[in-house]
Amino acid sequence: MAEYMVFIWDDEASWAAADPGIVAANQTDHEDFIARNAGALRGGNRLHRGETATSMRRGPDGGVAISDGTFAETKEVIGGYYLIEAADLDAALRIAVQVPALFGGVEVRPIWTAS
Amino acid sequence: MDPTVAAAVADAHRRDWGFVLAATARITRDLDAAEDCVQDAYAQALAAWADGVPAKPAAWLTLVARRRAMNLIRRNDTLSRKLPLLVDTATLPGPDDGDAAADAIPDDRLRLIFTCCHPALAVEARVALTLRLLCGLTTGEVASAFLVSETTMAARITRAKKKITAARIPYQVPPASELPDRLAAVLDVVHLVFTTGHTAPAGPSLQRRDLAERALDLARMLRHLLPSDPAVAGLLALILLTDARRHTRTTTDGRLLLLAEQDRTRWDRVEIDEGLALIRAAMKRRPPTRYVLMAAIAAVHTAAPRWEATDWQQIAGLYDSLTQVWPSPVVALNRAIAIGEARGPQAGLAALDELAAEPQLAGYHYLPAARAEFLRRLHRTDDARLAYHEARLLAGNAVEQDFLTRRLGELDG
Repeated sequence: MAEYMVFIWDDEASWAAADPGIVAANQTDHEDFIARNAGALRGGNRLHRGETATSMRRGPDGGVAISDGTFAETKEVIGGYYLIEAADLDAALRIAVQVPALFGGVEVRPIWTAS
Repeated sequence: MDPTVAAAVADAHRRDWGFVLAATARITRDLDAAEDCVQDAYAQALAAWADGVPAKPAAWLTLVARRRAMNLIRRNDTLSRKLPLLVDTATLPGPDDGDAAADAIPDDRLRLIFTCCHPALAVEARVALTLRLLCGLTTGEVASAFLVSETTMAARITRAKKKITAARIPYQVPPASELPDRLAAVLDVVHLVFTTGHTAPAGPSLQRRDLAERALDLARMLRHLLPSDPAVAGLLALILLTDARRHTRTTTDGRLLLLAEQDRTRWDRVEIDEGLALIRAAMKRRPPTRYVLMAAIAAVHTAAPRWEATDWQQIAGLYDSLTQVWPSPVVALNRAIAIGEARGPQAGLAALDELAAEPQLAGYHYLPAARAEFLRRLHRTDDARLAYHEARLLAGNAVEQDFLTRRLGELDG
């Protein structure tokens, strides 16, 4: 078995403009996803909006530059994640494809394990 | 070195590499280690087969490669667990060894090709891994086929293997529910290898026979392993029916000959008959899939004794169906050409002009070349000249460029 991080990349502007019914339905969809995949879930959280992010980069002079916002300036930002356990990538993708991500998609990354 | 032995090893390399590697990878669970073991088995065969080439070379090679793999695994275990080394001192098998074991070796090539063509890998990586692991091409050979440097290709292959290990892409045939989609990815890779060999994207020659033959081998292998799958039958038929024209596509001095100019009596009848039998059976399964329809189109060409006798209405109809299951700009382009042949150059031109704004066709030399042909037939010589010039600018291989230059010359003649 291996662990995979499922990042939810979503478009926050679309969520901000979305009908409250859609937002409520999304909440239920996540609850359903969690209930269906309880055996594989090892963790997961929703994150605050990207505008609450603080990014830090080490500059060429060795100093740290702190900036407001997400690390990458993309339309979709990471809005939440699930940590799952699965036998292999195919099994992980079968779970990840069920993750609700109405205005974006998911990225599946294997967790590094020291061998 | 005995030339008979060298030839036997080369033959086994060509025919059995994928089989031996697939069987060995099951033991090593690591593609790099499996490659090393298989390479070593072929090296040993060069010496060992001097006493007689085994009746079943694949079984002999698999036995040797798997034994080496077992040794490696034991050694690694020993190193990590600090247990006494268990050495396998068995001698190499003789020419008759392996016969009995041959039937016991599972054919793991399907697992291997599904791993190589996994959708989580980039398309270029899928092609490279397939050629390297299933067909036994060296990194240099794969690099030259796709016009990148050996360093670039080596990095691409290493990256793909790392992803297979890190993300745990399984060494497995997908379950039935996922098989059609996953198989489509495999067929696309084989088709891409074939088209790259059939009409080289660049270089002095029109064809890269080595690649076309590898694609045919891969399609035959899939047919052998999935005998009842119509999509597989369709791809094999398409390759056979297209490849059957290989000897007639250029003149002896290398000049390009269009379908209309080819000597159809020199098309490969054996490949055509095999392709037609496959396509007849595959077309009975509804609805026909992408490669089945493409093969059916090739079959209609094959059925015409002369270019003038081509049933363009039927071809245009098949392209309509193909557009339904595989809506792509290239299919639309071919459909437009079929319409022009069926209903006249004006209709063809109109269909082509609908595609003018298609971004995927920008830079695709067959579009201006097709326009030029219809414009020529409509005696719009100036427009035709412009279109031929545009096509020649975009064409990649020298044979096609030369053809377009001649067409330009004929306009002015």
